[in-house]
Amino acid sequence: DSDPNPGPNPDPDPDSDPNPDPDAGPYHAQHFSITYRYHTVIVMEGRKLPDDAQPRYLEEEGLYVGERPPVTPSNENILENRVLKQEEGRRWFGDDGRILALPDPIKESSTRPPLFLLEEELDPALHTVYHKAVMSQHAVRGAGPQGEYQLDVDVSGLIFSHHPLFSREHVLTARLAQSYDLHLSRGRGNLSLHLTHKVRAPHPQGQTTSPTRPEPPTRSDHLTHKYRLEVRSTRLLRDGELEKDRALLRTMVTLWKEVKALRELQRYSNTPYKLCLRREEVERALDERQYEEEVLMEVMEQEAESEELYQKRLGAYREQLEEWKVWRRQQVGWGQVEPGGTRCLPALVFISPGDAGVCVTRRDRSDQVSTCPGEVALTPVCVCVRAELARREEVLRRHLLVKVLYNEKEVSQTDRRALGPDFRVHFGQIFNLRVRNAPQSIRLQVFEEVGSAPSLLAGVCVPVPEPSVLTGRTPTEELEFSSNQRVLFSHEGVGSDVPFSFQEDGGNRQTLLTSGKMACCVSWGRGEEDAPLAPPPTQPPPGALGCGDPFPGMGASGLGDLRRMGEWAAESRLDPNDPQNTAVMQLLKVACSGEVTAPEYFRLEQLQEEFNFATEEELERSRRFRLLRLRSQEVSEFRNYRCVPSLEREVTDKTFQEYERRLREGDMVDTREHLDSHRALVAKYLQKIRESVINRFLVAKHHYLLSDLVMEEQVPSIGILGLNLFKLAEPKRPLKPQRKERKKVTAQNLTDGDIRLLVNIIRAYDVPARRPFSRPGGPSFSESFAAPPPQNPAQGSDWLLSQVGWVRPFVEVSFQRTVLQTSPAEGPNPCWNQELELPFSAPNGDYSTTGLQAVKDVVFINLFDEVLQELGDDAEGGRSIHTRVERHWLGSVKIPFSTIYSQARIDGTFKVDTPAVLLGYSKERSHGDGGGYDTVRSLSEGTFLTVFITMEPQLVPGDTVREKFDSQEEERLLLASERFEKEAGLSFPDRPCLTSVIDISGKMVFITRFIRPLNPPPELLDAFPNSPQDATDLVARFVSLVPSLPDSTSFSGACDLWSTSDQFLTLLAGDEEEHAVLLCNYFLSMGKKAWLIIGTAIPEGPTAYVLTLEQSRFLIWNPSSGHHYGQHDTFCPLQAVGCLVSADNVWFNIQEHASPMRISLDVGKAHLWKPFFSRSFPHPGLASVQPPELLYRRSDRAAAAELQERMEKVLKEKLMEWRPRQPTRWNRYCTSTLRHFLPRLELSGGRDPDDQHRLELQALLGDYRISGFPLHLPFSELRPVVEAVFSTGVHSAEASNVEFALAVYVHPYPNNVLSVWVYLASLLRSR
Amino acid sequence: MASNNPSVFLLMINGQIEGGNFPEYDDLYCKYCFVYGHDWAPTSGLEEGISQITSKSRLSPHKLIWNFPLEITFKSTNPSGWPQIVVSVYGPDTFGNDVVRGYGATHIPFSPGQHTKTIPMFVPESTSRLQKFTSWLMGRRPEYTDPKVVAQGEGREVTRVCSQGFVTLTFHIVTKDMKKLGYDGTPSDPSNTLSPPTQSLYMRTRR
Repeated sequence: DSDPNPGPNPDPDPDSDPNPDPDAGPYHAQHFSITYRYHTVIVMEGRKLPDDAQPRYLEEEGLYVGERPPVTPSNENILENRVLKQEEGRRWFGDDGRILALPDPIKESSTRPPLFLLEEELDPALHTVYHKAVMSQHAVRGAGPQGEYQLDVDVSGLIFSHHPLFSREHVLTARLAQSYDLHLSRGRGNLSLHLTHKVRAPHPQGQTTSPTRPEPPTRSDHLTHKYRLEVRSTRLLRDGELEKDRALLRTMVTLWKEVKALRELQRYSNTPYKLCLRREEVERALDERQYEEEVLMEVMEQEAESEELYQKRLGAYREQLEEWKVWRRQQVGWGQVEPGGTRCLPALVFISPGDAGVCVTRRDRSDQVSTCPGEVALTPVCVCVRAELARREEVLRRHLLVKVLYNEKEVSQTDRRALGPDFRVHFGQIFNLRVRNAPQSIRLQVFEEVGSAPSLLAGVCVPVPEPSVLTGRTPTEELEFSSNQRVLFSHEGVGSDVPFSFQEDGGNRQTLLTSGKMACCVSWGRGEEDAPLAPPPTQPPPGALGCGDPFPGMGASGLGDLRRMGEWAAESRLDPNDPQNTAVMQLLKVACSGEVTAPEYFRLEQLQEEFNFATEEELERSRRFRLLRLRSQEVSEFRNYRCVPSLEREVTDKTFQEYERRLREGDMVDTREHLDSHRALVAKYLQKIRESVINRFLVAKHHYLLSDLVMEEQVPSIGILGLNLFKLAEPKRPLKPQRKERKKVTAQNLTDGDIRLLVNIIRAYDVPARRPFSRPGGPSFSESFAAPPPQNPAQGSDWLLSQVGWVRPFVEVSFQRTVLQTSPAEGPNPCWNQELELPFSAPNGDYSTTGLQAVKDVVFINLFDEVLQELGDDAEGGRSIHTRVERHWLGSVKIPFSTIYSQARIDGTFKVDTPAVLLGYSKERSHGDGGGYDTVRSLSEGTFLTVFITMEPQLVPGDTVREKFDSQEEERLLLASERFEKEAGLSFPDRPCLTSVIDISGKMVFITRFIRPLNPPPELLDAFPNSPQDATDLVARFVSLVPSLPDSTSFSGACDLWSTSDQFLTLLAGDEEEHAVLLCNYFLSMGKKAWLIIGTAIPEGPTAYVLTLEQSRFLIWNPSSGHHYGQHDTFCPLQAVGCLVSADNVWFNIQEHASPMRISLDVGKAHLWKPFFSRSFPHPGLASVQPPELLYRRSDRAAAAELQERMEKVLKEKLMEWRPRQPTRWNRYCTSTLRHFLPRLELSGGRDPDDQHRLELQALLGDYRISGFPLHLPFSELRPVVEAVFSTGVHSAEASNVEFALAVYVHPYPNNVLSVWVYLASLLRSR
Repeated sequence: MASNNPSVFLLMINGQIEGGNFPEYDDLYCKYCFVYGHDWAPTSGLEEGISQITSKSRLSPHKLIWNFPLEITFKSTNPSGWPQIVVSVYGPDTFGNDVVRGYGATHIPFSPGQHTKTIPMFVPESTSRLQKFTSWLMGRRPEYTDPKVVAQGEGREVTRVCSQGFVTLTFHIVTKDMKKLGYDGTPSDPSNTLSPPTQSLYMRTRR
């Protein structure tokens, strides 16, 4: 017997509860007691029946028992077992021993009639009826604090002040009625009468003040004064009021006249209005008397006023008079009167009191203001009129009704009422609204019914009454309403929102809108025993939720009332800082201050001030914050400032001194340092450009590219892969090793000492050799200056023999004041192959890219000759030999650090900058020396040095600015230029290609615009009228004399700015491109065929040269040095030619090689040179940016002479400064000789002049050994000149009897271009 | 200098790089360095370090333990530029090339006491599929030019990264003179700092 649904207890085993909960202990116990394990065992008969009773079967006894409902025996057993457990369980059993049961209630057949929905209509009695759920009365009673309130809305009626059905007469009469209403209300207020009384009040001290004597102002005086002022203002007020009254009356009379006229015109009258003017009897005499009195009083008042003014002026006059008298006395005392210094006696100009004029004015005004005594009052009298048909019928058809909306829900509506002919509707209905929730709005809607459909005419918001407002005590309010519906009629009705006219001709048109007044009253009802059925006043009416919304708080009408709103705000404890309430608080604040003005500005962050820790001024004043701010702005002085002190007091003003000085000097020009005011101005100008460019950079620096952040291997091309494979077969140690690319290091985590400059000095060619002691056939055989005079034969001719024609050159590299040198090598073609390591430290420890780019230091590579001089020591008797090592400067190479940094490595042979004259040395080649090289070398002249310079570790050079500059070029041209450069870069990445450049104002300009023939200075052309070759050289020299200033150092970035030639000549400073452009333009104007070469050269890197075609021979000009080279010159510094630029096209080199020696320079061949403008894209006719003509200032000899003086003085001082230990003696004689010699050098263009000079010197200074040389440099500033002099090391001569000679010559060229010569010599008396 | 009027405050960091969780890689080592602002200067200790190579074991198949100690003291005048530690993890790829396995950075906690930090790590992604393939082939995965990039927010928008794993660090922080200079680094509610140790204590006693 396994029943799945056990009866009384479904829990078979309470002990095996899967979740025994110790906390639920007591419950568990209880659970125990009531659980019962069921049994399905059949219960014995005896247990069910009372003891020893036999079961009785009623059925057998003939009684009806009915049929028991069917129950399964097992269930029955369970129930029986269960019931027997209970006390008195037996009473559940019947006499027959079974459980008591009613007969089965289920009927055999259905008792309801069957439904036949398909065939016929449903019996109406069987319809389902829906009853809405209704809250029982008890539930309402127990609703708690919300309670039940009663709101009585009394809609008494409405009056239209304008209705579409108004006739013209109605309009006028409505206006008349309005005016009359106003008049009545004014009469009720009676303001003018009140004011009149006030004015007529007794004047307590009106006449007490004496007009004659000025008294010290007492308290009573003060009061009187105040009183008078008050009276005056009151009178003004009263006059205004009276005026208004009269104006009102006048309008009423005019209106009435109009009405009458209209009635005349239309011959009927629609309205019952009539204006009656009733004359009121008044005592004329009394009125007049009062009037007279008033006038009199006012006159007196005015008199007093002017008297007062008089006294005041009199006092002032007296004072002035006193003053004048004193002044006069003084004048007399001094006995003279200055002409024009007379002071006028102050004049008395004012009206004496009691003037008739005052009276007259007063009377005039009085007449104007007040009415004639004898007032007129009016009363309207209604008279019946006859009807006017068409309109009247329409009126009669109209019905109105009012709906009451409570909380925007319609609760009830009035009966329909007809619109009366007087446009008044009386409803007179009171609605008792039983409400349970607080009212938020009560609205009455006026509906108009024409025929059947009611249409909404207007709505009126009724203010929710305060709890104290109870029915019976409140007067009826009149609420205005209006509607902007447009209604047009064909009959007499004027309509609404439709212009109409009163006059026949249609002039003076007016437009009126339907409007009117609704008389209604809303109040709280009274319950039994007069208890108010209003919500308790303490309860915040809208409940806590609606606190922020003033609308339910005081109803709609309260919104306009600022006072009430203020009260409400105070009551509801509005949070003034809640942004939601800002508008309200603002309004209240303004309202309290008296006038309502909306703020005229809009603020985004209204609460900003509250979150400021300190005021702006405090922040401004704080030095520490200033320091922090300047640092974050990356101002150059503070860009890497470390450890800003934590306390204000630790920041001294000294920190800012330099910065402030720079700011101050921004506008001031210091001419002292520059020796030349023009250059100082230019320097300032450059500084400004630099700053603006730097600012652009600072912005651009924060734009990153992927390659700045992530290092990623490029996808190797087939070529590279092949090369890599090829590399595997390479010998491990090749005989001629190639330099490999090293891994680049970002310049971020570097410190001082990490970077070293590696200079590998390899070899030199054609070092000047010492001049032989005697030259056969030379004219100066006997006077050879370097030779020891015959008086000193002890020096020995063997020394000379060993030295002459020989040289022991060594190279000294100085960088950032670190000086290293190689060991000396022998001969004029020495080979050192030595590596020098120079430490590098960036300024301020700033190793960022911009910091490194701004390093202006220059690597000086100086070539010296080491001369051993043996000094016989007489004291020792010739037994010991002292050798003094002297070094003689032979030349130098200067390489700016910025070049090294941007190029990463510099590898090549440089022409050594040798002086034009090197005393004691000759540049003649020694014969028989390596004859094989002669053919190559003969093509050029000068000394050459092969070096390799790089940095360890290799630094990543700064990127070009990726900023897109704006341009005035056509978009098409820009796109083409971009494409051209991109294609060039793809096919020949090592060849520079430039098509558009940035001009000095930061705009992209197409490059050909810079090329235009420009006239060179006429002076230069006139110098050699017969020799065009010399003139060309002179022009090139002129261009090279303009000082060079690399853009990268000045603009701290690889940003090339191109300036036009006139800008260049004004600034007198520029990069190679400017030099090249200028030179090219000069050549073009001289009738040559010239191009601009964009290419790479050593040591400049990417640069610009000039190419000219002279007699079927190409010449390459270095614009910054003025030298020219043949196309096939081995020592031409130009290494690669990228493109050629002329005035109308750009050609890119697409030949196999880039070196000028191996390419064809004929741009006509399209398969060698790819043109930018071709037939498919012709030259659009770009105008040049260059001026049509250059204007030159003539050379200024006087200024040059002055500069020469100053420079000589400065250099002499410096030289003495550099020799702190030894005395510095000047050989005046030699100096003057040198000075005469320098101009000749300039004339010869820096080339070695004839030997004349040498001979002259030798003749003059026979007994001296001179070593010296002239330095030549373009003039920009004094500092480079000083540096150059220092780098020659002449000052380091240590012999005790050394003398110096120093001559300076400044040669002026047009436009303030100056050529500076410094002749420096040290003399040793040979005796 | 009198200790009453300090002009700098000190931040002492002790701790260790405990280990990492890199499910896919093995035989990893890590480097760390500190990045800090202009107003900070290390006074003692090592700013950079490189750990031993650790392999996974069968006992902890996901965990790599370095237990690499950190000890450094900074002095500063300004809490701006608070030091961050940058950890980068490297390991061999299938061909045995050392490639980067993750970069991560976190600020040094500023309240004194013991802190445990778990830094999620990421590596820059290759720019294209082809690049990815070649970098895999050549054993040159894309790397940051400087690991310190991950400590700054500037310029990140140009990169794409892929998350890699986690590195756990513990710090013991001691500060000196912070309060005297007006910087309060401790949390306002002291119970917050104490709650983790007390809870663990409670757990232990209960057991």
